Amino acid sequence: MFKGKFVDNLPKIYGLYTGGFLLFFLAMMVAEKNGVSAKMIGILFLTFTIAIYALIGVLSRTMNVSEYYVSGREVPTVFNGMATAADWMSGASFVAMAGGIYYGGYTYMAFLVGWTGGYVLVSTLLAPYLRKFGCYTVPDFIGTRYGGNFARFCAVLVLVLASFTYVTAQINATGTIASRALGIPFGTGVWVGLISILLCSMLGGMRAVTWTQVAQYIVLIIAYLLPIFWISWRGDFGLFPHFTLGHEVARIVELEAQYGLVKNSAEAIKAAGVPAGLAYINVPHAAAPEGAMAAWKFISLAICMMVGTASLPHILMRYFTTPNVTSARRSVAWSLFFIFLLYFSAPMLATLSKIQLMDPNLKTSIIGKPIDQVMAIEWVKNWISVKQAFIADFNKDGILQLNEWFMRGDVVVLATPEVAGLPYVVSGLVAAGGMAAAMSTADGLILAMANALSHDVYYKMVDPKADVRKRLLVARLLLIVIGVAAAYIAAMRLTSILGAVAWAFDFAMSGLFFPLVLGVWWKRATKEGAIAGMLAGLISGTWYLIYVGPAFMAKTPWLGIDHLRFGIIGATVSLVAMVVVSLATKEPDAATQKMVDDIRIPSGKTVISHR
Amino acid sequence: MATSKHEAHWNDTKGLMRITLALWFFFSIVIFMFGYQLNSVKVPLLGYPLSYYMCAQGSLAAFVILIFWSSGKQQEIDMKHGVSDAERTED
Repeated sequence: MFKGKFVDNLPKIYGLYTGGFLLFFLAMMVAEKNGVSAKMIGILFLTFTIAIYALIGVLSRTMNVSEYYVSGREVPTVFNGMATAADWMSGASFVAMAGGIYYGGYTYMAFLVGWTGGYVLVSTLLAPYLRKFGCYTVPDFIGTRYGGNFARFCAVLVLVLASFTYVTAQINATGTIASRALGIPFGTGVWVGLISILLCSMLGGMRAVTWTQVAQYIVLIIAYLLPIFWISWRGDFGLFPHFTLGHEVARIVELEAQYGLVKNSAEAIKAAGVPAGLAYINVPHAAAPEGAMAAWKFISLAICMMVGTASLPHILMRYFTTPNVTSARRSVAWSLFFIFLLYFSAPMLATLSKIQLMDPNLKTSIIGKPIDQVMAIEWVKNWISVKQAFIADFNKDGILQLNEWFMRGDVVVLATPEVAGLPYVVSGLVAAGGMAAAMSTADGLILAMANALSHDVYYKMVDPKADVRKRLLVARLLLIVIGVAAAYIAAMRLTSILGAVAWAFDFAMSGLFFPLVLGVWWKRATKEGAIAGMLAGLISGTWYLIYVGPAFMAKTPWLGIDHLRFGIIGATVSLVAMVVVSLATKEPDAATQKMVDDIRIPSGKTVISHR
Repeated sequence: MATSKHEAHWNDTKGLMRITLALWFFFSIVIFMFGYQLNSVKVPLLGYPLSYYMCAQGSLAAFVILIFWSSGKQQEIDMKHGVSDAERTED
């Protein structure tokens, strides 16, 4: 059945895999009908999918350096697109995004624009040129283009800072999902998540991560889209909800006016004993706020996320794995297409979720109903009992008002199927999808860090004579060390998922965006300029984060640039520093200029050749 | 030093980069400068408010189409100057 090379059989292999997963889903449906408990179904979903990823990880083991670092540069365009989409879409995208839109409305959707628009920058300014360069890691490009170990080291520093900020949130998410679905404590869940993640990456490096990420993408996209379509069909919201919810959006606006968007005072919330982290609707669903400041806040957040996207090493390194420059460029388009499938569905899920709870004409509604009736509903009881939802009767009229219903944002994704009356098997599927999303991103991030430390720090700086065996051993040891450190911090539960995720983008754009882009597009960029750009950007950005961060000095933001947007400051400083210092130092030598000429031409050999 | 063939190729590439980034700028930033004003417009057939629609779906789709279009154009440029590597599979 499978003739020839593994990569030639990919459509068949993943076609079978998708069919197998759907069969498993049907089997679980039958099992649920026959009385298998909800808890058991959750456990089966998680263990089955994780076992498959681990199997792929083990089968993809390798002792070849090129396979370990760049998957042998043989990942076909479309499959690399899927792997990048899984690499990209984190636990936050999967679990928290629809909830963010549900509560934040139009303003929050700046994240959607930012997390997609960045790919235009990746494809136009960076991916094809870095592929032509032939580097194994992003700092490898900085170190070779500008020359010198110090520039390389600065790039590693930014990479580790940005990726580490991001990865703790992912491991946190795997812990949350594992603990909920398997019924184990959060701390244990984190370590279960970490072991699963390492199983997928340790033996085969980039090669193993690539093929597990493709498998994880298939699970996560099925798990996200299937419930949305199902809810839409069941509730008669239209065959294709993405194009048929115009009326529902208008209806939500109408209902918001009817119920009123009341803001609760902080004291009232505290006095009622609302658990931490729960929110209520007080921002309009579809209305755009008026004024230049509101527009600037939207745009500035979108800019940070876009430029950050184009600077995140774990994304850029995915394009090192394609067979050639043309396919690297094309692969960016496919990546965004696969990401788009989830992102353009999230607002629809938020809309469906909201209308179901708000519209008194629907039998699923709870707002405007007597509180004792609402409290008797099964799903309400369940989520209140785990402190993920809460009711506070502020005006003591016994009727649930819009501002009296509190819920954690994640619940939008996790509970909407239940609210719509879908069988529990869908919740099991959603848990598997969330796990796939968090694991795939964590794998990409941990590998990006471990590869930078093993290739750029250990091999290029510490021991350039190390043989293949030793290099790969060090790479794997670092993978474990970084994973354990991230899990240890995640287990302490320091940050909320989204705050930390946005920071990773800001760190990356502050330190890496201009050194990378100008390295390709400006021959005059010098080593000193790049070092100045990386350090000045990183230091000023970090300083500004400490200055405005609510957890730190909490000073009033300048021009509305708050802690989510500190990359605006960092990247601007980085650009100025890099240009000024480059112009003040001696023009790069002829060899460097020729190197830049070479990366601009798709044909011919890569600039770096690895032994 | 770059040959004149390579210089011509790079000039075309830069031209495409400018057009692509101008379109990107329009869909990611210009539209949302006028988010409040545009939101009173209803999207024909679908019925969503315009700015809401653009950040939920419209701009996202525009980016996908833009990257496919621009990578196709870039390949044409590479072919025209004889520097495409689309057939190459090994380093």
